[in-house]
Amino acid sequence: MENRAILEVKGLKKYYPQKSGVFRRTTNYVKAVDGVSFSIHPKETFSLVGESGCGKSTTGKTILRLQEPTAGQVLFKGNDLLDYSKRDFRRLRKDLQMIFQDPYSSLNPRMSVRELLREPILTHRLAGRKETEQLVRDIAEKVGLSKEQLDRHPHEFSGGQRQRISIARALILKPELVILDEAVSALDVSIQAQILNLLMDLQEELDLTYLFISHDLNVVKHVSDRVGVMYLGQMMEMTDTEELYDNPLHPYTQSLLSAIPSTDPFKKKERIILKGDVPDPANPPSGCPFRLRCPKAHERCVIENPAFQEVKEDHFVACHLYDRVEEAGEVPDLVGSLR
Amino acid sequence: MKSFWKRLKNDKVGLIGCIGVLLVVIFGLLAPAIAPYRPEQMFTEHTMQSPNGKFIFGTDEFGRDIFTRIVYGAKVSLQVGLIAVGIGAIGGLVFGLIAGYFQGIVDQVIMRVMDVLFAFPDILLALTIVAVLGPSLTNTMIAIGIVFMPVFTRIVRGSVISVKENEYITNAVAIGVSPFTIIFRHITPNIMAPFIVQVTLGLSGAILTEAALSFLGLGVQPPNPSWGVMLNASRTYMEFAPWTILFPAGAIVFTIFCFNLFGDSLRDILDPQLK
Repeated sequence: MENRAILEVKGLKKYYPQKSGVFRRTTNYVKAVDGVSFSIHPKETFSLVGESGCGKSTTGKTILRLQEPTAGQVLFKGNDLLDYSKRDFRRLRKDLQMIFQDPYSSLNPRMSVRELLREPILTHRLAGRKETEQLVRDIAEKVGLSKEQLDRHPHEFSGGQRQRISIARALILKPELVILDEAVSALDVSIQAQILNLLMDLQEELDLTYLFISHDLNVVKHVSDRVGVMYLGQMMEMTDTEELYDNPLHPYTQSLLSAIPSTDPFKKKERIILKGDVPDPANPPSGCPFRLRCPKAHERCVIENPAFQEVKEDHFVACHLYDRVEEAGEVPDLVGSLR
Repeated sequence: MKSFWKRLKNDKVGLIGCIGVLLVVIFGLLAPAIAPYRPEQMFTEHTMQSPNGKFIFGTDEFGRDIFTRIVYGAKVSLQVGLIAVGIGAIGGLVFGLIAGYFQGIVDQVIMRVMDVLFAFPDILLALTIVAVLGPSLTNTMIAIGIVFMPVFTRIVRGSVISVKENEYITNAVAIGVSPFTIIFRHITPNIMAPFIVQVTLGLSGAILTEAALSFLGLGVQPPNPSWGVMLNASRTYMEFAPWTILFPAGAIVFTIFCFNLFGDSLRDILDPQLK
């Protein structure tokens, strides 16, 4: 299983130093991403979910080294991306692309669509002049842009169309891994569905692997094969999409899922309402990061940060409630009682 | 571009400024065609004449036509303005782009040097530089260019830092575009609006500084026509021949005024597009 992974993230950390005083000494760190590990298999969609500020976007950006990580390993097809010099890594970016959240600020307003789509090819010197034009026309057609639209500027397009341009710009390089950082969050629901379907069609057609970063649980359920739940810079739970939505183990995941509005008015649901706010990542609680809001917190959670461990096959959780598993070697009936 | 002219048309004050600037530019460019005489031509029997039909702005102590010298002076002023601002603007653009994009230690070094330059009063710094280099037209332009560089550097750096926050810059990095290309293709075109405004405002400042330096004898050297030189020459006669000082002074006031009006209206026109 492990050696099949196209991307493997091991113990990724991104700390932002906080400076204070006259001499701007580093007094504290904001631990935006604190030891996150996961792996993505070829052609699958792996999603990272969590509320804003939990470090999911930072994780995406550090994988692509748009921000340099503090520690950890990012293995892409077995090679550690963090070992490359900046210059060498620039060449490698061809295979790792990213689509950004805000279609209004992610396209240079002074460039026409044609120039925007041509730029990646020119940057990596992938084709001659004629061939480039052909590639531009092909990708534009794939994402549903007409030939006439190629000479327009981004401000002449709607949000959904702009996101199509962004997608075309990323996919024209024929990347292997695409990181979608809240790629549909800024769009209307109806447009969201269109773009999501486009992304899924393109994934099929171009054999893409997606790292899908989102806070929208419905969207995540719709697109992903596996899901990782993040909280305060740490991975809380990770498993198959179906397993996660049917059988969430971590109290945080349970409360998240209980917050999804149901379309069935007769379905009785018990909502778990969390108390308090997400703690300040510069000043996290001792032990488990979730313990202050956890309805099931006990003494151990104050002292010790739970390990991220496999409690069932391919189902990882970081919670002391499941610590017994290791000792007893079986899933406790506790799981059932939690639901 | 079309909307630019439309907006300028609606801005009456700006339009006046624009017309005035064009007038000065035409005078400067077509000086030999417009001026009735040569600037150093002396009519020895007509010295110190008040304005009349033959000499519409009168003559100076050597019998030279003041109108002719003002027209030729416009050429000098424009030349100094353009080249000096060119030096300052290009230098400022390069340093500002580097400081704003790379930040960190490079930024600190560039900006502290600019702060030192900025700390001196304009004229004093220009005077010092000219005194070191020696008074001449070329050195005046270099001095003014250096004096103006910090303003341009600061404006460019500030704009770069704000433009850099846009996701399309991160997007370009993610695509694999080199920093050099990002600076020129993605950042420079998007910081042009405030930069152009500063260029027009800088032109009037440079023209004024040139006049001041020439007045003090450290800029353009007589007998070359320059408004500052003319002011200096006529200051001894201004009580009984006021036209010798009024017209060059008027030319300076008119030019500066028009450039400033135009620059202000440019700022209003270009600002909303800045976002």
